[in-house]
Amino acid sequence: MTDLFSKFDPLIEQRAALLESGITDPFNLVMEKVESPTVAICNGRRTILLGTYNYMGMTFDSDVIAAGKKALDEFGSGTTGSRVLNGTYAGHKAVEEALKEFYAMDHAMVFSTGYQANLGLISTMAGKDDYIVLDIDSHASIYDGCALGKAQIVPFRHNDIEALDKRLKRIPEGAGKLVVLEGVYSMLGDVAPLKEMVAVSKANGAMVLVDEAHSMGFVGEHGRGVAEAQGVIDDVDFIIGTFSKSVGTVGGFCVSNHPKFEILRLVCRPYVFTASLPPSVVATAATSIQKLMDSADKRAHLWENSKRLHAGLRQLGFQLGTDEPQSAIIAVIMPDLKKGAAMWEALLDEGLYVNLARPPATPAGMTLLRCSLCALHTSDQVGEILGMFAAAGRATGCIS
Amino acid sequence: MPDRKQTYATVVEIIEPLNGKNATITEATRFAADLEWDSLTVLDFVADIEDAFDVIISMNMQAEIETVGQLVDALQRLQEQK
Repeated sequence: MTDLFSKFDPLIEQRAALLESGITDPFNLVMEKVESPTVAICNGRRTILLGTYNYMGMTFDSDVIAAGKKALDEFGSGTTGSRVLNGTYAGHKAVEEALKEFYAMDHAMVFSTGYQANLGLISTMAGKDDYIVLDIDSHASIYDGCALGKAQIVPFRHNDIEALDKRLKRIPEGAGKLVVLEGVYSMLGDVAPLKEMVAVSKANGAMVLVDEAHSMGFVGEHGRGVAEAQGVIDDVDFIIGTFSKSVGTVGGFCVSNHPKFEILRLVCRPYVFTASLPPSVVATAATSIQKLMDSADKRAHLWENSKRLHAGLRQLGFQLGTDEPQSAIIAVIMPDLKKGAAMWEALLDEGLYVNLARPPATPAGMTLLRCSLCALHTSDQVGEILGMFAAAGRATGCIS
Repeated sequence: MPDRKQTYATVVEIIEPLNGKNATITEATRFAADLEWDSLTVLDFVADIEDAFDVIISMNMQAEIETVGQLVDALQRLQEQK
Protein backbone atom coordinates (compact mmCIF):
# COMPACT_ATOMS: atom_id res chain seq x y z
CA MET A 1 0.00 0.00 0.00
CA THR A 2 1.26 3.44 -0.89
CA ASP A 3 0.81 5.75 2.07
CA LEU A 4 -1.00 8.75 0.63
CA PHE A 5 0.47 10.82 3.45
CA SER A 6 4.09 10.38 2.29
CA LYS A 7 3.74 13.55 0.21
CA PHE A 8 3.66 15.49 3.51
CA ASP A 9 7.00 14.09 4.71
CA PRO A 10 9.11 17.17 3.86
CA LEU A 11 6.74 19.39 5.87
CA ILE A 12 6.62 16.91 8.77
CA GLU A 13 10.43 16.90 8.86
CA GLN A 14 10.67 20.69 8.68
CA ARG A 15 8.22 21.02 11.57
CA ALA A 16 9.99 18.40 13.66
CA ALA A 17 13.34 20.15 13.16
CA LEU A 18 11.86 23.47 14.22
CA LEU A 19 10.17 22.06 17.33
CA GLU A 20 13.29 20.04 18.30
CA SER A 21 15.01 23.33 19.05
CA GLY A 22 12.57 23.57 21.98
CA ILE A 23 10.55 26.41 20.51
CA THR A 24 6.82 26.87 21.24
CA ASP A 25 4.76 25.66 18.26
CA PRO A 26 3.73 28.89 16.49
CA PHE A 27 0.76 27.15 14.85
CA ASN A 28 -0.77 25.66 17.98
CA LEU A 29 -1.45 28.59 20.28
CA VAL A 30 -4.47 28.32 22.57
CA MET A 31 -6.19 31.37 24.01
CA GLU A 32 -7.47 30.26 27.39
CA LYS A 33 -9.49 33.39 27.99
CA VAL A 34 -10.30 36.41 25.83
CA GLU A 35 -10.74 39.62 27.82
CA SER A 36 -11.35 42.09 25.00
CA PRO A 37 -10.59 42.58 21.29
CA THR A 38 -7.00 43.46 22.27
CA VAL A 39 -6.19 41.23 25.27
CA ALA A 40 -6.29 37.45 25.89
CA ILE A 41 -4.77 34.97 28.33
CA CYS A 42 -2.28 32.64 26.58
CA ASN A 43 -0.27 30.07 28.58
CA GLY A 44 -1.61 31.71 31.73
CA ARG A 45 -0.14 35.07 30.70
CA ARG A 46 -1.93 38.30 29.85
CA THR A 47 -1.18 38.87 26.18
CA ILE A 48 -1.76 41.86 23.91
CA LEU A 49 -3.33 40.69 20.65
CA LEU A 50 -1.64 42.12 17.56
CA GLY A 51 -2.53 39.48 15.01
CA THR A 52 -6.30 39.00 14.94
CA TYR A 53 -7.65 41.05 11.95
CA ASN A 54 -10.15 42.36 14.49
CA TYR A 55 -9.56 45.78 12.94
CA MET A 56 -12.57 47.61 14.33
CA GLY A 57 -12.78 45.77 17.64
CA MET A 58 -16.44 44.80 17.24
CA THR A 59 -16.20 41.36 18.93
CA PHE A 60 -17.09 42.69 22.40
CA ASP A 61 -19.35 45.57 21.37
CA SER A 62 -22.32 45.54 23.75
CA ASP A 63 -24.95 46.11 21.03
CA VAL A 64 -23.44 43.36 18.88
CA ILE A 65 -23.43 40.88 21.76
CA ALA A 66 -27.00 41.78 22.77
CA ALA A 67 -28.21 41.19 19.20
CA GLY A 68 -26.51 37.79 19.14
CA LYS A 69 -28.03 36.72 22.46
CA LYS A 70 -31.50 37.83 21.39
CA ALA A 71 -31.27 35.86 18.14
CA LEU A 72 -29.99 32.81 20.00
CA ASP A 73 -33.04 32.97 22.29
CA GLU A 74 -35.56 33.66 19.55
CA PHE A 75 -34.26 31.59 16.62
CA GLY A 76 -32.17 28.84 18.25
CA SER A 77 -28.57 27.76 17.91
CA GLY A 78 -28.49 26.88 14.21
CA THR A 79 -30.48 26.66 10.99
CA THR A 80 -29.55 23.06 10.11
CA GLY A 81 -30.07 23.85 6.45
CA SER A 82 -28.99 25.37 3.16
CA ARG A 83 -29.91 28.95 2.29
CA VAL A 84 -32.03 27.65 -0.60
CA LEU A 85 -34.01 25.19 1.56
CA ASN A 86 -34.74 25.72 5.25
CA GLY A 87 -31.70 27.88 6.06
CA THR A 88 -32.92 31.40 5.28
CA TYR A 89 -34.27 33.16 8.40
CA ALA A 90 -35.30 36.79 8.84
CA GLY A 91 -31.75 37.48 10.11
CA HIS A 92 -30.13 36.32 6.85
CA LYS A 93 -32.29 38.71 4.87
CA ALA A 94 -31.60 41.49 7.40
CA VAL A 95 -27.83 41.15 7.15
CA GLU A 96 -28.06 41.20 3.34
CA GLU A 97 -30.10 44.41 3.61
CA ALA A 98 -27.44 45.87 5.92
CA LEU A 99 -24.73 45.04 3.36
CA LYS A 100 -26.72 46.62 0.50
CA GLU A 101 -27.04 49.78 2.56
CA PHE A 102 -23.38 49.74 3.68
CA TYR A 103 -22.09 49.45 0.09
CA ALA A 104 -24.99 51.30 -1.60
CA MET A 105 -25.39 48.38 -4.01
CA ASP A 106 -28.40 46.53 -5.41
CA HIS A 107 -27.55 42.97 -4.40
CA ALA A 108 -25.90 41.15 -1.52
CA MET A 109 -25.39 37.44 -1.02
CA VAL A 110 -24.11 35.99 2.26
CA PHE A 111 -21.97 32.83 2.38
CA SER A 112 -20.95 30.77 5.39
CA THR A 113 -17.30 31.92 5.16
CA GLY A 114 -15.22 34.40 3.17
CA TYR A 115 -13.36 31.47 1.64
CA GLN A 116 -16.64 30.13 0.27
CA ALA A 117 -17.60 33.54 -1.11
CA ASN A 118 -14.49 33.62 -3.32
CA LEU A 119 -14.74 29.92 -4.10
CA GLY A 120 -18.40 30.29 -5.10
CA LEU A 121 -18.32 33.50 -7.11
CA ILE A 122 -15.17 32.73 -9.08
CA SER A 123 -15.88 29.07 -9.86
CA THR A 124 -19.50 29.73 -10.84
CA MET A 125 -18.79 32.72 -13.08
CA ALA A 126 -15.66 31.58 -14.90
CA GLY A 127 -15.84 28.16 -16.52
CA LYS A 128 -13.59 26.03 -18.67
CA ASP A 129 -13.12 28.33 -21.66
CA ASP A 130 -13.07 31.62 -19.72
CA TYR A 131 -9.91 33.43 -18.62
CA ILE A 132 -9.18 34.60 -15.10
CA VAL A 133 -6.38 37.14 -14.90
CA LEU A 134 -5.17 37.52 -11.33
CA ASP A 135 -2.38 38.97 -9.22
CA ILE A 136 0.24 36.30 -8.46
CA ASP A 137 -0.07 37.09 -4.71
CA SER A 138 -3.81 36.36 -4.59
CA HIS A 139 -5.31 34.60 -1.56
CA ALA A 140 -5.67 30.80 -1.54
CA SER A 141 -9.47 31.07 -1.75
CA ILE A 142 -9.11 32.89 -5.10
CA TYR A 143 -6.78 30.23 -6.54
CA ASP A 144 -9.10 27.50 -5.26
CA GLY A 145 -12.07 29.21 -6.91
CA CYS A 146 -10.14 29.23 -10.20
CA ALA A 147 -9.31 25.54 -9.86
CA LEU A 148 -12.88 24.54 -9.01
CA GLY A 149 -14.22 26.31 -12.10
CA LYS A 150 -11.50 24.89 -14.39
CA ALA A 151 -10.98 28.31 -16.03
CA GLN A 152 -7.74 29.28 -17.76
CA ILE A 153 -5.63 30.95 -15.05
CA VAL A 154 -3.29 33.74 -16.08
CA PRO A 155 -1.30 35.32 -13.22
CA PHE A 156 0.61 38.59 -13.47
CA ARG A 157 3.38 40.11 -11.36
CA HIS A 158 2.15 41.64 -8.11
CA ASN A 159 0.51 45.06 -8.60
CA ASP A 160 2.01 45.40 -12.13
CA ILE A 161 -0.47 47.42 -14.24
CA GLU A 162 1.38 46.94 -17.53
CA ALA A 163 1.64 43.17 -17.02
CA LEU A 164 -2.13 43.01 -16.46
CA ASP A 165 -2.80 45.06 -19.60
CA LYS A 166 -0.50 42.92 -21.77
CA ARG A 167 -2.15 39.67 -20.68
CA LEU A 168 -5.67 40.98 -21.19
CA LYS A 169 -4.78 42.06 -24.73
CA ARG A 170 -3.52 38.57 -25.66
CA ILE A 171 -6.67 36.70 -24.58
CA PRO A 172 -8.42 35.24 -27.66
CA GLU A 173 -11.26 37.34 -28.96
CA GLY A 174 -14.69 36.35 -27.69
CA ALA A 175 -13.43 34.57 -24.56
CA GLY A 176 -14.94 35.58 -21.20
CA LYS A 177 -12.56 37.59 -19.02
CA LEU A 178 -12.57 38.04 -15.25
CA VAL A 179 -9.92 40.13 -13.49
CA VAL A 180 -9.50 39.29 -9.80
CA LEU A 181 -7.80 41.81 -7.51
CA GLU A 182 -7.53 42.47 -3.80
CA GLY A 183 -7.81 45.87 -2.12
CA VAL A 184 -5.24 45.14 0.59
CA TYR A 185 -2.87 42.18 0.20
CA SER A 186 -2.78 40.58 3.62
CA MET A 187 0.79 39.30 3.68
CA LEU A 188 2.64 42.62 3.31
CA GLY A 189 -0.33 44.91 4.01
CA ASP A 190 0.14 46.78 0.74
CA VAL A 191 -2.65 48.30 -1.34
CA ALA A 192 -3.41 47.64 -5.04
CA PRO A 193 -3.40 50.45 -7.64
CA LEU A 194 -7.09 49.76 -8.25
CA LYS A 195 -7.75 53.04 -10.04
CA GLU A 196 -5.41 52.10 -12.88
CA MET A 197 -6.09 48.37 -12.81
CA VAL A 198 -9.88 48.68 -12.94
CA ALA A 199 -9.55 51.15 -15.84
CA VAL A 200 -7.24 48.78 -17.76
CA SER A 201 -9.60 45.85 -17.11
CA LYS A 202 -12.64 47.77 -18.33
CA ALA A 203 -10.80 49.06 -21.41
CA ASN A 204 -10.11 45.42 -22.31
CA GLY A 205 -13.72 44.31 -21.80
CA ALA A 206 -13.17 42.31 -18.62
CA MET A 207 -15.42 41.99 -15.57
CA VAL A 208 -13.71 42.91 -12.29
CA LEU A 209 -13.94 41.27 -8.88
CA VAL A 210 -12.20 42.90 -5.91
CA ASP A 211 -11.66 41.15 -2.59
CA GLU A 212 -11.86 43.83 0.11
CA ALA A 213 -11.53 41.47 3.10
CA HIS A 214 -8.73 43.48 4.72
CA SER A 215 -10.07 46.98 4.05
CA MET A 216 -13.78 46.87 4.94
CA GLY A 217 -14.76 49.16 7.76
CA PHE A 218 -11.81 51.55 7.73
CA VAL A 219 -10.52 52.26 4.19
CA GLY A 220 -12.51 54.80 2.14
CA GLU A 221 -14.87 57.54 3.27
CA HIS A 222 -17.67 55.08 4.18
CA GLY A 223 -15.36 52.18 4.97
CA ARG A 224 -16.25 50.42 1.71
CA GLY A 225 -12.64 49.66 0.91
CA VAL A 226 -9.77 50.52 -1.40
CA ALA A 227 -12.04 50.73 -4.49
CA GLU A 228 -13.98 53.48 -2.72
CA ALA A 229 -10.83 55.26 -1.53
CA GLN A 230 -9.47 55.31 -5.10
CA GLY A 231 -12.80 56.40 -6.62
CA VAL A 232 -13.50 53.32 -8.77
CA ILE A 233 -16.11 51.42 -6.76
CA ASP A 234 -18.80 52.08 -9.43
CA ASP A 235 -16.68 50.29 -12.05
CA VAL A 236 -16.12 47.18 -9.91
CA ASP A 237 -18.57 44.42 -10.85
CA PHE A 238 -18.26 42.34 -7.68
CA ILE A 239 -16.90 43.08 -4.22
CA ILE A 240 -16.08 40.13 -1.99
CA GLY A 241 -15.87 40.59 1.76
CA THR A 242 -15.88 38.79 5.05
CA PHE A 243 -17.50 39.04 8.49
CA SER A 244 -14.42 37.54 10.15
CA LYS A 245 -12.32 40.69 10.21
CA SER A 246 -13.75 44.20 10.82
CA VAL A 247 -17.29 42.86 11.29
CA GLY A 248 -16.06 40.64 14.12
CA THR A 249 -17.80 37.29 13.58
CA VAL A 250 -17.69 34.73 10.73
CA GLY A 251 -19.18 34.60 7.23
CA GLY A 252 -18.52 35.91 3.75
CA PHE A 253 -20.38 37.92 1.16
CA CYS A 254 -20.53 39.36 -2.32
CA VAL A 255 -22.18 42.67 -3.23
CA SER A 256 -22.89 43.73 -6.80
CA ASN A 257 -25.07 45.82 -9.10
CA HIS A 258 -25.17 43.12 -11.79
CA PRO A 259 -28.83 42.87 -12.98
CA LYS A 260 -28.77 39.06 -13.08
CA PHE A 261 -26.95 38.64 -9.76
CA GLU A 262 -29.76 36.82 -7.91
CA ILE A 263 -29.53 33.74 -10.17
CA LEU A 264 -26.29 32.89 -8.34
CA ARG A 265 -28.39 31.67 -5.42
CA LEU A 266 -29.46 28.70 -7.54
CA VAL A 267 -26.25 27.90 -9.43
CA CYS A 268 -23.44 28.64 -6.96
CA ARG A 269 -22.53 25.31 -5.39
CA PRO A 270 -20.54 26.57 -2.36
CA TYR A 271 -23.68 28.61 -1.50
CA VAL A 272 -26.25 25.88 -2.13
CA PHE A 273 -24.53 22.82 -0.70
CA THR A 274 -23.64 24.08 2.77
CA ALA A 275 -25.55 25.00 5.91
CA SER A 276 -26.29 28.69 6.40
CA LEU A 277 -24.83 30.77 9.22
CA PRO A 278 -26.40 30.43 12.70
CA PRO A 279 -29.03 33.09 13.57
CA SER A 280 -26.82 34.58 16.30
CA VAL A 281 -23.98 35.07 13.81
CA VAL A 282 -26.07 36.92 11.22
CA ALA A 283 -27.64 39.04 13.97
CA THR A 284 -24.22 40.09 15.32
CA ALA A 285 -23.00 40.76 11.76
CA ALA A 286 -26.00 42.96 10.86
CA THR A 287 -25.64 45.02 14.05
CA SER A 288 -21.89 45.37 13.57
CA ILE A 289 -22.22 46.46 9.91
CA GLN A 290 -24.77 49.12 10.89
CA LYS A 291 -22.41 50.45 13.55
CA LEU A 292 -19.43 50.41 11.14
CA MET A 293 -21.27 52.90 8.92
CA ASP A 294 -20.88 55.46 11.65
CA SER A 295 -17.35 54.88 12.94
CA ALA A 296 -15.30 57.77 11.59
CA ASP A 297 -13.53 58.36 14.93
CA LYS A 298 -12.52 54.73 15.26
CA ARG A 299 -11.22 54.71 11.68
CA ALA A 300 -9.08 57.78 12.45
CA HIS A 301 -7.65 56.19 15.61
CA LEU A 302 -6.84 52.95 13.75
CA TRP A 303 -4.86 54.88 11.15
CA GLU A 304 -3.04 56.72 13.93
CA ASN A 305 -2.09 53.37 15.51
CA SER A 306 -0.91 52.03 12.17
CA LYS A 307 1.28 55.05 11.46
CA ARG A 308 2.80 55.05 14.93
CA LEU A 309 3.62 51.34 14.95
CA HIS A 310 5.09 51.54 11.45
CA ALA A 311 7.31 54.51 12.31
CA GLY A 312 8.32 53.00 15.68
CA LEU A 313 9.28 49.59 14.29
CA ARG A 314 11.26 51.20 11.52
CA GLN A 315 13.09 53.38 14.03
CA LEU A 316 14.02 50.26 16.00
CA GLY A 317 15.70 48.93 12.87
CA PHE A 318 13.18 46.33 11.67
CA GLN A 319 12.68 45.75 7.95
CA LEU A 320 9.01 46.26 7.03
CA GLY A 321 6.86 45.06 4.13
CA THR A 322 5.93 48.57 2.96
CA ASP A 323 7.78 51.89 3.00
CA GLU A 324 4.68 53.69 4.27
CA PRO A 325 1.79 52.28 6.32
CA GLN A 326 -0.88 51.46 3.72
CA SER A 327 -3.37 49.51 5.85
CA ALA A 328 -3.84 48.14 9.37
CA ILE A 329 -1.39 45.31 8.60
CA ILE A 330 2.29 45.88 9.25
CA ALA A 331 4.56 43.05 8.17
CA VAL A 332 7.98 42.67 9.79
CA ILE A 333 10.34 40.78 7.47
CA MET A 334 12.41 38.10 9.22
CA PRO A 335 15.68 36.75 7.81
CA ASP A 336 14.49 33.10 7.92
CA LEU A 337 11.96 30.73 9.52
CA LYS A 338 14.24 29.81 12.45
CA LYS A 339 14.88 33.41 13.42
CA GLY A 340 11.24 34.28 12.75
CA ALA A 341 10.01 31.52 15.06
CA ALA A 342 12.51 32.58 17.77
CA MET A 343 11.36 36.19 17.52
CA TRP A 344 7.71 35.08 17.56
CA GLU A 345 8.33 33.12 20.77
CA ALA A 346 10.29 35.97 22.38
CA LEU A 347 7.38 38.31 21.69
CA LEU A 348 4.93 35.82 23.19
CA ASP A 349 7.13 35.60 26.31
CA GLU A 350 6.99 39.39 26.50
CA GLY A 351 3.17 39.16 26.31
CA LEU A 352 2.49 39.96 22.66
CA TYR A 353 0.79 37.84 20.03
CA VAL A 354 1.53 38.40 16.32
CA ASN A 355 1.05 36.07 13.30
CA LEU A 356 4.01 34.08 12.04
CA ALA A 357 3.67 33.62 8.28
CA ARG A 358 5.92 31.50 6.13
CA PRO A 359 6.07 30.06 2.60
CA PRO A 360 4.06 29.04 0.66
CA ALA A 361 1.52 31.52 2.11
CA THR A 362 4.03 34.36 1.79
CA PRO A 363 5.39 35.95 -1.41
CA ALA A 364 9.01 35.36 -2.50
CA GLY A 365 9.67 32.75 0.19
CA MET A 366 9.65 35.32 3.01
CA THR A 367 9.12 34.66 6.70
CA LEU A 368 6.99 37.40 8.21
CA LEU A 369 5.76 38.55 11.59
CA ARG A 370 2.43 40.05 10.68
CA CYS A 371 0.95 42.64 12.97
CA SER A 372 -2.66 43.69 12.53
CA LEU A 373 -3.82 46.67 14.53
CA CYS A 374 -7.19 47.26 16.14
CA ALA A 375 -9.08 50.55 16.49
CA LEU A 376 -9.35 49.68 20.19
CA HIS A 377 -5.59 49.42 20.80
CA THR A 378 -4.94 52.39 23.08
CA SER A 379 -2.00 54.69 22.51
CA ASP A 380 -0.46 53.22 25.68
CA GLN A 381 -0.78 49.71 24.25
CA VAL A 382 0.98 50.74 21.04
CA GLY A 383 3.78 52.13 23.20
CA GLU A 384 3.94 48.85 25.15
CA ILE A 385 4.00 46.89 21.88
CA LEU A 386 7.00 48.87 20.63
CA GLY A 387 8.81 48.21 23.93
CA MET A 388 8.19 44.46 23.54
CA PHE A 389 9.49 44.48 19.97
CA ALA A 390 12.63 46.29 21.13
CA ALA A 391 13.29 43.76 23.92
CA ALA A 392 12.50 40.65 21.84
CA GLY A 393 14.41 41.98 18.82
CA ARG A 394 17.56 42.53 20.89
CA ALA A 395 17.22 39.19 22.73
CA THR A 396 17.05 37.28 19.44
CA GLY A 397 19.63 39.37 17.59
CA CYS A 398 17.11 40.59 15.02
CA ILE A 399 18.09 44.18 15.78
CA SER A 400 21.18 45.61 17.44
CA MET B 1 4.20 26.91 -39.98
CA PRO B 2 6.74 28.53 -37.62
CA ASP B 3 10.30 27.19 -37.71
CA ARG B 4 10.73 24.83 -34.73
CA LYS B 5 14.51 25.35 -34.70
CA GLN B 6 14.03 29.09 -34.43
CA THR B 7 11.50 28.68 -31.59
CA TYR B 8 13.95 26.43 -29.72
CA ALA B 9 16.80 28.92 -30.20
CA THR B 10 14.67 31.80 -28.85
CA VAL B 11 13.59 29.73 -25.81
CA VAL B 12 17.22 28.84 -25.00
CA GLU B 13 18.19 32.50 -25.36
CA ILE B 14 15.49 33.50 -22.83
CA ILE B 15 16.53 30.74 -20.41
CA GLU B 16 20.23 31.76 -20.37
CA PRO B 17 20.08 34.87 -18.12
CA LEU B 18 17.90 32.93 -15.64
CA ASN B 19 20.14 29.83 -15.68
CA GLY B 20 21.87 30.51 -12.36
CA LYS B 21 22.92 26.85 -12.05
CA ASN B 22 24.68 26.96 -15.44
CA ALA B 23 22.91 23.76 -16.43
CA THR B 24 23.42 22.52 -19.99
CA ILE B 25 20.23 23.24 -21.90
CA THR B 26 18.79 20.55 -24.17
CA GLU B 27 15.29 19.56 -25.27
CA ALA B 28 15.16 17.22 -22.26
CA THR B 29 16.09 19.83 -19.63
CA ARG B 30 13.39 19.96 -16.92
CA PHE B 31 12.47 23.41 -15.55
CA ALA B 32 11.72 22.36 -11.96
CA ALA B 33 14.13 19.46 -11.47
CA ASP B 34 17.17 20.63 -13.49
CA LEU B 35 16.99 24.42 -13.35
CA GLU B 36 15.52 24.52 -9.81
CA TRP B 37 13.54 27.69 -10.49
CA ASP B 38 11.35 29.16 -7.77
CA SER B 39 7.85 30.42 -8.50
CA LEU B 40 8.93 34.03 -9.08
CA THR B 41 11.58 33.00 -11.62
CA VAL B 42 8.97 30.89 -13.39
CA LEU B 43 6.64 33.90 -13.49
CA ASP B 44 9.40 36.10 -15.00
CA PHE B 45 10.36 33.43 -17.51
CA VAL B 46 6.77 32.85 -18.63
CA ALA B 47 6.30 36.62 -19.02
CA ASP B 48 9.45 36.84 -21.19
CA ILE B 49 8.30 33.91 -23.34
CA GLU B 50 4.81 35.40 -23.68
CA ASP B 51 6.30 38.74 -24.76
CA ALA B 52 8.69 37.15 -27.25
CA PHE B 53 6.02 35.04 -28.96
CA ASP B 54 2.99 37.26 -28.24
CA VAL B 55 1.00 34.35 -26.76
CA ILE B 56 -0.61 33.45 -23.42
CA ILE B 57 0.62 30.43 -21.47
CA SER B 58 -1.97 29.88 -18.73
CA MET B 59 -1.11 28.12 -15.46
CA ASN B 60 -3.24 25.20 -16.69
CA MET B 61 -0.94 24.89 -19.71
CA GLN B 62 2.20 25.35 -17.58
CA ALA B 63 1.17 22.41 -15.43
CA GLU B 64 1.56 20.12 -18.47
CA ILE B 65 4.95 21.50 -19.52
CA GLU B 66 7.90 19.86 -17.79
CA THR B 67 10.77 20.12 -20.26
CA VAL B 68 12.23 22.64 -22.70
CA GLY B 69 11.13 20.44 -25.61
CA GLN B 70 7.54 20.36 -24.37
CA LEU B 71 7.54 24.16 -24.11
CA VAL B 72 8.81 24.46 -27.70
CA ASP B 73 6.03 22.11 -28.88
CA ALA B 74 3.42 24.14 -27.00
CA LEU B 75 4.73 27.37 -28.53
CA GLN B 76 4.57 25.82 -32.02
CA ARG B 77 0.91 24.92 -31.44
CA LEU B 78 0.06 28.35 -30.01
CA GLN B 79 1.66 30.12 -32.97
CA GLU B 80 -0.17 27.93 -35.47
CA GLN B 81 -3.49 28.75 -33.79
CA LYS B 82 -2.98 32.50 -34.23
